[in-house]
Amino acid sequence: MKKLLLSSVIVLIGFTFIGRLSYLQLFRFSPDQILDDPAIKKVYDYPERGYIYDRDGKLLVGNQPAYDVMVIPREVKPLDTLEFCGLLGIEKEEFLSKMEKARVYSPRLPSVLVPQLSKEDYAKLQEKMRHYNGFYIQKRSLRYYNTKSAANVLGYISEVNEWDLKNNPYYVAGELKGRTGIEQQYEEILRGQKGVKHIQKDRFNRDIGPYKDGKLDTLPQQGKEIHITLDKTLQEYGEKLMHGKRGGIVAIEPKSGEILAMISGPTYDPALLVGRERSKNYSKLHYDTISKPTWDRSILAQPSPGSPFKTLNALVALQEGVINEDTNFRCYHGFYVGNTLRGCHCGGGIRDLNSGIYQSCNAYFAGVFRKIFDKYNTTDQGMNVWEKHMKSFGLGGYLGTDLPTGAPGRIPDVAYYDKWYGDGRWAASTIISNSIGQGEIAATPLQLANMTAAIANRGYFYTPHIIKSIGNNGKIDPKYTEPNYTTIDRKHFDPVIEGMANVYEYGTARWVKIPGIDIAGKTGTVENYIRIDGERMQLTDHSVFVAFAPVENPQIALAVYIENGYYGSRYAGHIASLLIEKYIKGEITRTDLEKRMLEKTLEHEYAKPYSGEPFKINEYVW
Amino acid sequence: MSGRGPFGRLDWISVILYALLVFIGWLNIYSTSVGDADTSIFDFSTLYGKQLFFMGVAFLGIIFVLFVESTFFERFSSIFYVVSIILLLGLFVFGKTIAGATSWYDLGFFNLQPSELAKVTTSLALAKFLSDIQTDIRTGKHQIYALIIILLPAILILPQPDPGSSLIYFSLFFVLFREGFPIYYLGILIFAVVLFATTLMFGTVWVSIGLIILTLLVYTFKKASVKIPLLPVLGVIVVSILFSLSVNFVFENVFEQRHRDRFALWLSLEKDEDKLDEIRKTIGYNTYQSEKAIESGGFTGKGFLEGTRTKGDFVPEQHTDYIFSSVGEEWGFLGTATVILLFSLFFLRLIYIAERQKSDFSRMYGYGVISILVFHYFINIGMVIGLLPTIGVPLPFFSYGGSGLIFFTMLLFIFLKLDSNRLKDGI
Repeated sequence: MKKLLLSSVIVLIGFTFIGRLSYLQLFRFSPDQILDDPAIKKVYDYPERGYIYDRDGKLLVGNQPAYDVMVIPREVKPLDTLEFCGLLGIEKEEFLSKMEKARVYSPRLPSVLVPQLSKEDYAKLQEKMRHYNGFYIQKRSLRYYNTKSAANVLGYISEVNEWDLKNNPYYVAGELKGRTGIEQQYEEILRGQKGVKHIQKDRFNRDIGPYKDGKLDTLPQQGKEIHITLDKTLQEYGEKLMHGKRGGIVAIEPKSGEILAMISGPTYDPALLVGRERSKNYSKLHYDTISKPTWDRSILAQPSPGSPFKTLNALVALQEGVINEDTNFRCYHGFYVGNTLRGCHCGGGIRDLNSGIYQSCNAYFAGVFRKIFDKYNTTDQGMNVWEKHMKSFGLGGYLGTDLPTGAPGRIPDVAYYDKWYGDGRWAASTIISNSIGQGEIAATPLQLANMTAAIANRGYFYTPHIIKSIGNNGKIDPKYTEPNYTTIDRKHFDPVIEGMANVYEYGTARWVKIPGIDIAGKTGTVENYIRIDGERMQLTDHSVFVAFAPVENPQIALAVYIENGYYGSRYAGHIASLLIEKYIKGEITRTDLEKRMLEKTLEHEYAKPYSGEPFKINEYVW
Repeated sequence: MSGRGPFGRLDWISVILYALLVFIGWLNIYSTSVGDADTSIFDFSTLYGKQLFFMGVAFLGIIFVLFVESTFFERFSSIFYVVSIILLLGLFVFGKTIAGATSWYDLGFFNLQPSELAKVTTSLALAKFLSDIQTDIRTGKHQIYALIIILLPAILILPQPDPGSSLIYFSLFFVLFREGFPIYYLGILIFAVVLFATTLMFGTVWVSIGLIILTLLVYTFKKASVKIPLLPVLGVIVVSILFSLSVNFVFENVFEQRHRDRFALWLSLEKDEDKLDEIRKTIGYNTYQSEKAIESGGFTGKGFLEGTRTKGDFVPEQHTDYIFSSVGEEWGFLGTATVILLFSLFFLRLIYIAERQKSDFSRMYGYGVISILVFHYFINIGMVIGLLPTIGVPLPFFSYGGSGLIFFTMLLFIFLKLDSNRLKDGI
């Protein structure tokens, strides 16, 4: 026993050790550990972000160098703080608090002291920098905007947040990522692939050379440039016209579904969200909850479409065979919703399809709407048919564009009214407002423009999209090159388009005719209400206009929606005609009209509900 | 074989195992301390260069030991012992403090650590005392003398402070056990340690229940012919429970927080992730980093000089106490298992040698040598792989350090020298 004691102890220890080591090295070991190895720092080599061009190859977004002043707190030697602050252009208190923040973050790792110096400041600082130990300047790449327009379309880039980090392993804290618009939608194409260098670190986080002599390192892959479908000139011109007005404009090329312009008013200069003032500017824009400049009205606003929607009701009625071109209704200056008379501005008299459209007769379309429902035995059946036709125009649902945001609009259905009124407790007459595009219908300007494009194409549309090509003639998603057919036969479009063309000849927009261009359009005047502090008040009508031109072989289809612009042709019609002229002719002949539109603002209308005083709406004054 | 000079009867198996361990140790020291690859291995400003120098000195030490008359060590062992005690005492006046411990004499070119020397001399003195014809370890008086020889240096080393080295002297109890000191003392010690640890982990109530169940099981399954008197067993249970009850009191009131943290880490007492994280960053930092380095080696390791954590100095004191973690990271399980195997074979070989001695002195000294080496090995690797709490002792032949390497070598070769002369003993 006593001779074996020590030997047994040794054997026992040996087995215990081997057991523990098997646990550590065989059981707990996982092969990917090398990636989480704290001794290996990954240093990233960022490729330049891809440029963005418009449809004609004009540069919209490029890059510019920016310079961050970095600090490694523990390497800082005593310095003349006042002089240094003077160079950096910051206050001493700010400097001290930022230094403290950097020290708390890490004494050994670099922190940003002053972000994004201008080129001028950089030039001034560069030569003096070496006198200050522990500080250095790091070059970064920032977005440069070759336009003051299209801020919401282009979107902006910002630092990745925790959600991004959790959901996408590509990103590392501090990196930039497209946050909205095209920058977000085409993030992976624009950013390229960063290169990685593995650096061996010691436990004080100091570099001690490349890991495995750089065998695992990768080179960065350049971001690709993209061309978008916007027309820079049209976009910029449209934004100028929107000066002082709220609303949205979308212009589409009907034969391709390419979005030519997407304007939201008010807008802002995209350069505001770049550089040192970024966060200040962002807060200002973001917290402007009344005019909401960052809220893209062209794809997010969902007003009732108003009279332009009458054209669709006419098409559905023709398709269902409940009317023909000659079917007529007499207008008694209005129509009934239940027991309430709703007015009509058409002037009264006998209305057929053509004059119903160009005079925008409410009574005529109330009659048409009723006829659609009368064809079927039950209201539900009629409603389902009507809904199916309407949705085939891309209404009442997301269009599937390549824009990262959007709104579905609304085409009400049986379930919707059953819930509202109760099962079977409603009929065509209850929901008759839909006949004139009021009621429960809602559509974004983009949907209206797309609907117009479908009419312009006589029965089909291409899903609206913003991408034209990726890289050098790179292919885009095939879903944007396949037509979507509506449920309306081609032959039914001609009489409706004739009516729309007559809007310019004899109708509600006859004073905005452009010499030499045949336009088909439809005005809209949309009643609207607002709730401020619980009080519901009616505001001046929204001005809406949809149009396409030329009538034969259309090149542009657009929808203009101006908040509180009063009747359709007053603002929306004028702006639409100017945009069409600009796009097709390249120049404006009616300079008086242009001047008026550029100068007029609707700020007085927008101020009314917040003035706290009683106000009049729909005032016929300029 | 006889009469071929000082190397003639040397046990070459032990010598080869020794040389292998020193060589592997040096490779790992090289790996932990190599900077730019183009410096020479003989660069004495580097740790591996210095270690190479110490290896040279150790070799001179071996030559010296082998050429000295083998009776020299036995004859002067008492004087050596007294000298080393004086040196330990002298530290209180002339000691040089390194890393908070006053354990060194500054000799200019070399820092001498007397506690390392004392391991050799104490082993010699104990062997000398026990092998004396008049000593009978079964008598209480002689047991106390033996204890004094062992504990005197341990007590002098403790306040340096160097609890690790101090603890090492307790390994010499294995010499006593070999020579007839009752083994049940060891049994009681182990039982107490187990009770202590299990009480901290599960609490007195469960420990008591466990003890009672264990007793019942023993009574149930014992052969009918075996009679175990009930009363002493009950006594043991009662004393154990009382001991268990005192554990928490001692733990909370006698221990300091840093000790409690070490135990908390060792026994996985702390379940709160945040607090565990805190412990990992402070008191458990070394152990945590060491375990992580070993884990990251996997089966085959990252390869010589490829250990990222080793290169990055993630494990503090890696070239000294934590040298084994470098083996784990760069050579993987294959490397660590090989080293464990080499050590085990080495120790078993030494026991074999000790048992073949005709001279009691040689055998007892041999046991002293083995006990000290095994204790270092057990505590060091146990700590590095996270089985034992943090106690700073070097890994023999592996860890960087002149005093350690030289005195471990002397310790070993005095024994091998005695062994080579075993046939002349008793003549």
